[in-house]
Amino acid sequence: MKERHMLLSKDEIEEVLIERHTLPIHRKLRNAGAAIAGLGGLGSHVAVMLARTGIGSLHLIDFDRVEPSNLNRQIYRMKHLGRYKTEALKEEISEINPYISVRTDTVKVTENNIDRLFRDDKIICEAFDRAENKAMLVNYLLEHRPDTFIVSGSGMAGYGSSNSIHTEKRMKNLYLCGDGTSDIASGISLTAPRVTLCAAHQANMILRLILGEKDV
Amino acid sequence: MITINGNAIQLTAPCTVETLLVERGYSLQRIAVERNGDILSKNRYADIIVQDGDTYEIVSFVGGG
Repeated sequence: MKERHMLLSKDEIEEVLIERHTLPIHRKLRNAGAAIAGLGGLGSHVAVMLARTGIGSLHLIDFDRVEPSNLNRQIYRMKHLGRYKTEALKEEISEINPYISVRTDTVKVTENNIDRLFRDDKIICEAFDRAENKAMLVNYLLEHRPDTFIVSGSGMAGYGSSNSIHTEKRMKNLYLCGDGTSDIASGISLTAPRVTLCAAHQANMILRLILGEKDV
Repeated sequence: MITINGNAIQLTAPCTVETLLVERGYSLQRIAVERNGDILSKNRYADIIVQDGDTYEIVSFVGGG
């Protein structure tokens, strides 16, 4: 039997989102957007969670392709192997809610292109894997873009207690999610539960910022 | 006396921010530093002399994502 997909209309999706979230919350979400820098274990899950909330737009940034080693914790499936993460994730999002505006940039983020890449973004999710890249993006944004909220993930390796993953506000507008210490470089692995926990902290903080809640 | 992440620290000798950070074990490429409430650009770590009464907030990043 041929697989059949039912495509909900924009109005039908809006109706169920309003029913779940209430109209005032839905309106705020529909008018909001977020940029996600790095589409690995953190970023791919943050994007899908925000898509499910009915966020109006997402800006996805990653230069990498989906590899077999990603499948242990990232949202991709075997059918995505070899494809750019930006394109694979855009496709996943379209199957959840095709009415979200998704912009992609398949480039490596460097100090030279941050200004241009994130010019239109007010909420920026830092979801890189290397500590040096996290620090590079966060430093640049803190210094040059005081108008943005930065939601960063740091410390989610291993299988330590779920309860050590938390969200804290640091400096003026930096929200830091994770346990702050467990480093992939120390030889402990990254696993789906703990990486996804951290991603959920990031997604919920972004949701809170969209809804006007600036406390963690 | 200076403050780092809320902890009071007694300095033994005058030094730059870079020296302070390195001596306290920070990896310079993996941190963000706020000095007296303002973000401190990485290329100024070596130029700025730590002053008595300074307050530093230092965020360290670890890998994984």
